[in-house]
Amino acid sequence: MRLLFGLVFLVAASQTPAQLSIEITGPGVQRTPIAIVPFAGEAAVGTSLTAIVRADLERSGLFRGLEVPPLSPAPTENTPVSYGEWRSRLADALVLGSVGKHADGRFEVRFRVYDIVKQAPLGAIAYLFTQDNARAAAHRIADFVYEKLTGEKGVFSTQIAYVVKRGSTYELQIADADGERAQYLLRSNEPIISPVWSPEGRRIAYVSFESKKPIVYVHHLSENKRQVVASFKGSNSAPAWSPDGKTIAVVLSVEGGSQIYLLNADGSGPRRRISNSNSIDTEPRYSTDGKLLYFTSDRGGSPQIYRMGATGGEPQRVTFRGSYNVSPRPSPDGRVLAYVTREAGKFQVALLDLANQQVQVITDSDRDESPSFAPNGRMILLATVRGGRGVLSAVSSDGRIRQNLPYSGGDVREPAWGPFNE
Amino acid sequence: MRAFFILLAFLVAAAGCQTTPEDQAAASASVEDRTKPGAGKPGAQAQPVERPKIAAVDVTSGRKDPASALKDPANILSKRSIYYELDKFDVRDEYRGLVEAHAKYLRENPKTRVLIQGNTDERGSREYNVGLGQRRSDGVKRMLILLGAREDQIESVSLGEEKPQSEGHSETAWSKNRRSDILYSGEF
Repeated sequence: MRLLFGLVFLVAASQTPAQLSIEITGPGVQRTPIAIVPFAGEAAVGTSLTAIVRADLERSGLFRGLEVPPLSPAPTENTPVSYGEWRSRLADALVLGSVGKHADGRFEVRFRVYDIVKQAPLGAIAYLFTQDNARAAAHRIADFVYEKLTGEKGVFSTQIAYVVKRGSTYELQIADADGERAQYLLRSNEPIISPVWSPEGRRIAYVSFESKKPIVYVHHLSENKRQVVASFKGSNSAPAWSPDGKTIAVVLSVEGGSQIYLLNADGSGPRRRISNSNSIDTEPRYSTDGKLLYFTSDRGGSPQIYRMGATGGEPQRVTFRGSYNVSPRPSPDGRVLAYVTREAGKFQVALLDLANQQVQVITDSDRDESPSFAPNGRMILLATVRGGRGVLSAVSSDGRIRQNLPYSGGDVREPAWGPFNE
Repeated sequence: MRAFFILLAFLVAAAGCQTTPEDQAAASASVEDRTKPGAGKPGAQAQPVERPKIAAVDVTSGRKDPASALKDPANILSKRSIYYELDKFDVRDEYRGLVEAHAKYLRENPKTRVLIQGNTDERGSREYNVGLGQRRSDGVKRMLILLGAREDQIESVSLGEEKPQSEGHSETAWSKNRRSDILYSGEF
C-alpha cells in the first residue's frame, strides 16, 4: 500500500495550468443568429457570464453569436423588447438579463430568452451562485437557452474525463465540457486507460497499470477516495457501468484468455462470468435500457461487435462490414451504435443505425478511437492524432460539425463524456 | 584518487596473465577517439588518453548467487523479450531456447515467481490490444508450464499497446513493440 502511494497521487482540487481549448472547423450547419446582450451588472462578477454562454452555444455548432454594441441604458430581463429592432439586427433569438449581489455575497442572475422570429418570450429563470462558481452558472444559463431554442437538453454543464500523457507521467483529468477548470484525479508513472463515468456521475471507473499489470479501480469523486474493484490474477480491464450503477462489467484473464465478467460495483460478492469463448471478448457496454451488453469479440476470426443479454446468453453478431470493428458505444436513445472501424489502414468512427442497419462513417482522419456520446446524443467526443500528438475532437452525430480540442500540455486520449449534471 | 589509480594499475598488472583473447580485443578498440583535431583546444593536437581495460578477477570461492545469472549478459536468462510477427501469438522457434532456459530456471528455483507482460503495437483499440497482449503472454505461460514450470510460479498479464519499447510509428518500431517480457520477483 505504501508503494502504491509512492507512485500515485490522488488530488481533489489541483488546477492544472494547461487546459483544453476549442477550435471549430468546417462550415457546419445553418447556425441560428443569437444576440446575447451583456447582462446588466455582470461586471461585478469578475467573469463574463454572457461571453461563456455565447462560447458554449457557438461550440454546439447550432448558433452564431452576434456582436452587440453597448446599449444605454443596459437592458435587463424586464426591459420591453422591440422585436422589430432585433429583427433588423438580424437576430433570430435574444437573451436579456441582469446580475445582482445578495448581502451574503452570492450573486443572482435573472434572464429571459426570446424568439425574435416568432416574437415571443420562451422562458425565464434565475440562478444563485458564488463567485467561484460563475463558470458553472454560465453553463447552466447556456443549457437553459439551448433547451428553450432547440427543445433538447444542453450538455454545457456536464464534465468530461480524459487521460493526459506528458513525458512518462499519466494523469486522469476531469474538466468542464468546454475544457476549462481541468483538475486531475490520479497521477501515475504508469498508463491509465478506459475511464468511464458511473450513471449518476459521482464515480469513475478506470484501468491503471501502476502495479505493472492492469487493475480496475473505482474513484469516488466527492470523497476523493478510490477502491480496487478487480485485481484478479492476470489482466483486469475494460470496465462498463450498468445503467443502475450497481454492476460493473469487466474483462478478466483469470481463467485464461480475455472474458467478460460482472462484479458488484461496491466490490462485494463473487465475480460472475458471462462470456464463454476461446476468443477475446472485450469492451463490454450496456445498452441504455440495461438489457443488452454490446462487446468486441474475434470469435469469427476478426474483431467484430456482438451483443448478448446483460447477464449472458447467446451472442448475436452486430457488425458485418469490414474486417475490424471495435469499441461499441450505444447512443443514449438506444437507436444508434457508434464504433471504430478500420478501412484501408485508417481507424474511423462509424455509426450503425440499429433499426435499418445503415452504416455511416462520420470522421475522416486515420487514427480515431474511443468515441463517447454526449448525454444528449448530439455530439461524440473521440481521441485522434494531429501533428503527431494525441488530441480530443468532437463530431456531431450527423457528422456535419467537427471541433478539435487541442491541448498544449501533452498527449490527450481516452475521453469519456459524463452524464447530465442534475 | 591518485592512490586509487595506482591500485588499479597494480590490479591490471596482476590480472594480466588472466586476460582472455576477447578482453584483449576489447582493450585495443578505443572507446572514444580523442586524437582528432578539434577535440582539445583549437589548433592544439590533443594527446590520446589511454585508460587500459581492466580484467576483473573473481577470487570469492563457492557458488554464485543463482539470481545473478538472470542479469549476466552472457547468460541466456538475461534475455527476457520474445518478439512476434504482426497478428501472431505463438513463440517462434528462435525464442524456444530462451523459454526453455527460463523454464529450467523456474524448475530449479521453485520459490521464484515470474510476471509475463504481453504487448502489442499501437494500432487499433487499446482494450482489444490488451486482449491481444494477453494472448501473447498466455502463450509463453503455457509453454513454460509444458516445460515443467509450475502454474503458480507464473502470472501472465497484458500491457496492450501502452508500454512500447520503441516510440516510433513504423514497422521497425512496431516489431519491437509486439513482444512478451519476462520479469522476475523484485522486478515488478
